[in-house]
Amino acid sequence: MRRDGGVVVIGEDVAEGGPYGATRDLVAEFGDRRVIDTPISEAAVTGVAVGAALSGWRPVVEIMFIDFITLALDQLVNHAAKARYMSGGQLRVPLVLRTQGGAGVRSGAQHSQSLEAWLAHVPGLAVVMPATPADAAGLLRAAIRADDPVVVVENKALYYEKGEVADGALVPIGAAVTRRDGRDVTVVATSRLVGEALAAADELAAEGVSVEVIDPRTINPLDRETILRSVSRTTRLVVAHEAATIGGFGAEVAAMVAEEAIDRLAAPIVRVGAPFTPVPASPVLEDAYLVGRREIADAVRRVLRW
Amino acid sequence: MSALDRATALELYRVMRTIRQFEARAVQLFGENKIWGTIHSYAGQEGVAVGVCAHLRDDDWITSTHRGHGHCIAKGADVGRMFAELLGRETGYCRGRGGSMHIADTSKGNLGANGIVGGGIPIATGAALTATYTGSDRVAVSFFGDGGANQGTLHESMNLAAIWKLPVLFVCENNQYAETNPVKDAFAVEDISLRAAGYGMPGVRVNGQDVRETYRVAADAVARARSGLGPTFIVAETYRYEGHYYGDPQVYRTKDEIEDWRAKRDPLVIARTWLTTDRLASEADLARVDREVDAEIEKGVAFAEAGEPASPIRLPEDVYAG
Repeated sequence: MRRDGGVVVIGEDVAEGGPYGATRDLVAEFGDRRVIDTPISEAAVTGVAVGAALSGWRPVVEIMFIDFITLALDQLVNHAAKARYMSGGQLRVPLVLRTQGGAGVRSGAQHSQSLEAWLAHVPGLAVVMPATPADAAGLLRAAIRADDPVVVVENKALYYEKGEVADGALVPIGAAVTRRDGRDVTVVATSRLVGEALAAADELAAEGVSVEVIDPRTINPLDRETILRSVSRTTRLVVAHEAATIGGFGAEVAAMVAEEAIDRLAAPIVRVGAPFTPVPASPVLEDAYLVGRREIADAVRRVLRW
Repeated sequence: MSALDRATALELYRVMRTIRQFEARAVQLFGENKIWGTIHSYAGQEGVAVGVCAHLRDDDWITSTHRGHGHCIAKGADVGRMFAELLGRETGYCRGRGGSMHIADTSKGNLGANGIVGGGIPIATGAALTATYTGSDRVAVSFFGDGGANQGTLHESMNLAAIWKLPVLFVCENNQYAETNPVKDAFAVEDISLRAAGYGMPGVRVNGQDVRETYRVAADAVARARSGLGPTFIVAETYRYEGHYYGDPQVYRTKDEIEDWRAKRDPLVIARTWLTTDRLASEADLARVDREVDAEIEKGVAFAEAGEPASPIRLPEDVYAG
């Protein structure tokens, strides 16, 4: 925002900082003309952001919980994503939609979902999922500078993580990162499950298993090469995300690897994801619902047993 | 109301006539299987787009609807590039990627027709936010129908525009039917403009078949928007001559009703009458304009038919930048 006066933040409670403080203090520096609090009107607010982007601004619209994106999907999917194409390249929508998903805070089925796969299926959108503080900053920066709509899906459980953030660093959209080098199994994990995969890798290292952990960071466009290179070497693949396994982003990774490198695989691909239920509220149920380190470690052991 | 000068009056007629002839020719091309999919004719509603857009500059924005040809033309689009888009040519406004329902023309501030009913309303509101924040006196106009008036986006957008005092006109073209659904079944109030009071903005109901009326009402609303006084909700009572789409069997209305509107409330006939009665134009002037419009339309069709068809090799272009 300091670099480009055309960047505005718009959404519900953004001036107050939002429920997790993500936009805290912005209004003090940039004022209420660039940090715009809105009524609860997700559809129109997203549409207003699209209109602002079409007319020359770089709005960062916040959808407080990804669950509420259903109310804004028309503007995102039918307008933001397609305006460039439908107009034969005349229009551009340099829009960022920031939102957060994920379970674990006992908030129930309408404040805990992981809906990123819906968005990754839409041509015209890019979808990024930062797993570290540095990536949260670097991907957001890249998203703001992009000339196409980018959805930034944060995970609420990660808001309490601390990490070094280099000033001004850009994390390119569409570039995966290898979080840990390994020989035996590749684990492709997104968002919160990157940390869980690294913890699982530590645990498995004690068993003599060497796990490579890849964080795609961007789920569309996907960095296929980094994943294929790793799998070609390790010959085993586990894909892990917090979202439901059925129809999840992991299915795309698994299919892509099956299409491109099945001859390199020594074992079937295993996916780790949530059961096919809404997210429950009770701590006992939610803990049973959530996947993490243990499920990833079990999956790695399964592909190794093959 | 200050009287219309001759040049303005004749220009209003010329643009209405251009829209009418464009739609007639588009229907003909559709019948020749040169246009695919579906087209939604604006014939009958010309008085609305023309009366409103006459007050707009090239740097003002509009958002339009699935029935968008009239708004495009009224905002200054080239009919040749429009026909080329309908015919799926590389030379069309959208290189064949948009088609009839998605013509945009950024050079004239047209942010696009729209296949989602009510979809353009918040977008125009966002453009109006840009106008305010850049300190310009640009305005945005969102056209939508009685169908669009029942989408949630209108209510949310009218509220945002009112609380932020945005320079936007919400122009509801009440053409009496949302697809097949008559307005009497879709609204509990007879006068849709009453809704404006609930958002704290002026609401005006106008006879959309007399371009002088829409021109007068829009003059006030645009002036109000340009001077920072905020949005206006305009409801223009109008009628579409074709069905919802071309080929619609129209079982929901009678031929008598259509003929009644055509005979008594045709915007072009009404305009010709006052143009001649008020001595703003002679029959000869009108005949000359008609000939010029016909020539422009035929030139446009020729341009379109000569254009290179959109190429499958270029299918993936324009999804993302670069």
